[in-house]
Amino acid sequence: MIHLKDINKTYQGAQPLHVLKGISLDIEKGEFVSIMGASGSGKSTLLNILGILDNYDSGSYELAGTPIWNLSERKAAEYRNKMIGFIFQSFNLISFKTAVENVELPLFYQGVSRKKRHQMAMEYLDKLGLADWAEHYPNELSGGQKQRVAIARALITRPQIILADEPTGALDSKTSVEVMQLLKKLNQEDGMTIVVVTHESGVANETNKIVHIKDGIIGQIEENLNHDASPFGINGMMK
Amino acid sequence: MRIDIDSYREIIDTLTRNKSRSFLTGFGVFWGVFMLVALMGGGQGMKEMLYNNFEGFAQNTVLMGASETTKPYKGFKKGRSWYMDYKDVERLKQQVPELDAVAPVLMGRGSTAYYGDQKTTPRIQGTLPEMTKIETPKMYYGRYINDMDVREQRKVCVIGKKIYKELFKEGGDPCGKKIRVDSTYYEVVGVDYRSGGISLGGRAEERITMPLTLMQAAYNRGNSVDMIAAVGRPGVLMSKITDRMRETVARAHYIDPTDEQGVGMFNTELMFQMISNVFKGVNILIWLVGLGTLLAGAIGVSNIMMVTVKERTTEIGIRRAIGATPKMILSQIISESIVLTLVAGMSGILFAVMILQMLEMANTEDGIIQTHFQVGFWTAIFCAVVVSTLGVLAGLAPAARAMSIKPVDAMRDE
Repeated sequence: MIHLKDINKTYQGAQPLHVLKGISLDIEKGEFVSIMGASGSGKSTLLNILGILDNYDSGSYELAGTPIWNLSERKAAEYRNKMIGFIFQSFNLISFKTAVENVELPLFYQGVSRKKRHQMAMEYLDKLGLADWAEHYPNELSGGQKQRVAIARALITRPQIILADEPTGALDSKTSVEVMQLLKKLNQEDGMTIVVVTHESGVANETNKIVHIKDGIIGQIEENLNHDASPFGINGMMK
Repeated sequence: MRIDIDSYREIIDTLTRNKSRSFLTGFGVFWGVFMLVALMGGGQGMKEMLYNNFEGFAQNTVLMGASETTKPYKGFKKGRSWYMDYKDVERLKQQVPELDAVAPVLMGRGSTAYYGDQKTTPRIQGTLPEMTKIETPKMYYGRYINDMDVREQRKVCVIGKKIYKELFKEGGDPCGKKIRVDSTYYEVVGVDYRSGGISLGGRAEERITMPLTLMQAAYNRGNSVDMIAAVGRPGVLMSKITDRMRETVARAHYIDPTDEQGVGMFNTELMFQMISNVFKGVNILIWLVGLGTLLAGAIGVSNIMMVTVKERTTEIGIRRAIGATPKMILSQIISESIVLTLVAGMSGILFAVMILQMLEMANTEDGIIQTHFQVGFWTAIFCAVVVSTLGVLAGLAPAARAMSIKPVDAMRDE
C-alpha cells in the first residue's frame, strides 16, 4: 500500500534542518501501524509526506500504486480527498459547521450531490454512535465526540488509508482508549489500513506494528501482535 | 465551481458570522456608490434647474440696444443719444444673411391692465411673430401674435400666466375676451405659460405682448424699437457676425462702427458656453469624488478580507487537507468579496435612487416633473457593473493569500 524508499527532507532556512535522513518503509494493505518517536524526531514530517501535505526532496513514495512526486496542487488535493483520511490531534473540525456538515465536507469537494452526501454523512455518524449529535456544533461536543466526528469525516470518502496524527493527544485516558478501540475495530472489521503517529507508548501498543523513528532515521520496527507487551496492557490506562 | 446551494450558504454563513464587521466593511462601498449615484443625479438636476431658466430661449441670440455714443464720428460729438428704428430690422435681415430671425422689441413702462373688477400691473411688450424663434412661447390657450395682427394693427394681445391668473380668477379660456390696458381695449388671443427666467423685458409670466405696429401707434412711439433680438441660423457662430451687425446698424445712424458701447450688444452664446463649461467641470469632479470614495470602499473590503483570510488560516488549511483544490478556495474568497460588495453596492444604488426620486417628486408641479434628478437606467447598470468589478478586484489579493495557505499550516497553527 505504502512504499517509501530513501526519503530525504530538509527544511531550508537560516540553518538547514535535515529532518528525514533516508526513510524506507513498506506498509501493506490492512496493516495497523504506529510511528513512534520523540518530538523533533521527524515523525510529523513523515506523516505530512505520507499525507501528501508536504513534499520530499529525494527518494520515492508510492501510495496504492500511484507514484507521489511533484504533484500539482489540484492533483494533490484530489488524491488527499480520495485516498487519504486524516485524523488530527486537535480534531480540526470547522467550528461554524455542524457535525454532519463537517462530515459532508470531503464529499462536497468531490462534487457529490447535496442529498446523497447528507445521507452518507448521517450513515457514518450513526455508525460511530453520533446520529443524535448530527446537528450540534463542535463546541457543543465533548473531545471524544469531536474525534469521532473527525473519524467519520476521514472515513466518508472510503479512503485507502487513514493517517492519524496523535489522535489521542487532546483526550483524557478513558476517551483515548475508546478512540483507539474504534481504530482497532476499523482495522479488524473493515480491513482499513491505519497509520498512527504518536509519542505515547500506550497508544503505540494498541497497534500491530510499531515503527520507531529517531533523529530522522527508522530505528527499529517491532511486530506487536500481543498487546500486553507493555505495562499499559489491554484495558489498561494509556497514560 | 459547481452550482450548489451549500456554496452560497457557506458565503452567507461566513459573512453573517461577523455581522458588524461585514456591515462596516460594506458601508464603505455602500457610501461610495451612494455618493456616486446621488452626486450624478444631483449634478444633473442642478444643471437642469439652471437650464430651466433658459428654457425656450434660443442659445445663440444676440441682443442689441442703443445707448449714448462714446466715440465722435463724422462730425458728431460723442455722448449723442440715438434710437434704433424698425428699418434697422430690415437692414440686418438684408445685410447679415447668417441671421435666421430678427425681432424688434418695444417695451412699455408702468402700465395697468383691467378685466372686470380685477386689475394688475403687467409689462407691455410689442414685437413681431418672429419673436417665437428667440423665445419659444408655451401657448396654453389660443395662439401667438401673427403677421395679420401686425399688418392690420389689430388690437390683440397675448397674456402671461401670472396676468391670466390675476385677471381671470375663475379660470377658463380667456380668448376672445377683452381686457383694458391703460386706455385701450385689447382682445386676448392667447395665454403664454412660459415661465423661464431669461426673457426680454421682464418675466414672461407678467407680460402682455401685442403687435409691434399696434404698440407703436397706441403709445406714440413712432417707428422706434428699444431692442433688437437676432438669432443665427444653425451652425453660425454668433461671435463671428456681431461686428458686422454692429457696423450695419452704426453706419445707418452715423455712429462709429467700432463704438462698442454706443451700439450695445450682448451675445448669449458666450454665457451659455460658460455655464456649460462649469457643468463639465462639476461633472468631472463628481466622477472623481464618487469613484474615489467607491475605490476607498473597495480597498476597505480588500483589507478586511485580508484579515479574515489570516484569521481563517486553520479553517482553510483543513479544507485543503480534506481535498479542496486551490481553485475552490479562490472562488470561495472571491465570491465572498463579490457578494459583500454587490449587496452593499446595490443597496447604495437603491438608496441613492430613492433619494433622487424623492427630490424629483418634491420638484413636481401640476404632475409635471420640473427637474429630472433621477439617474438613467443604464447609468445605474453601469454603476452595478463597476461595483461587481471592484468586488472581484478587491477579492483578488485576499484570495491569492488564501491560496498560498498550505494544508500543513492548519496543523502548525495549533
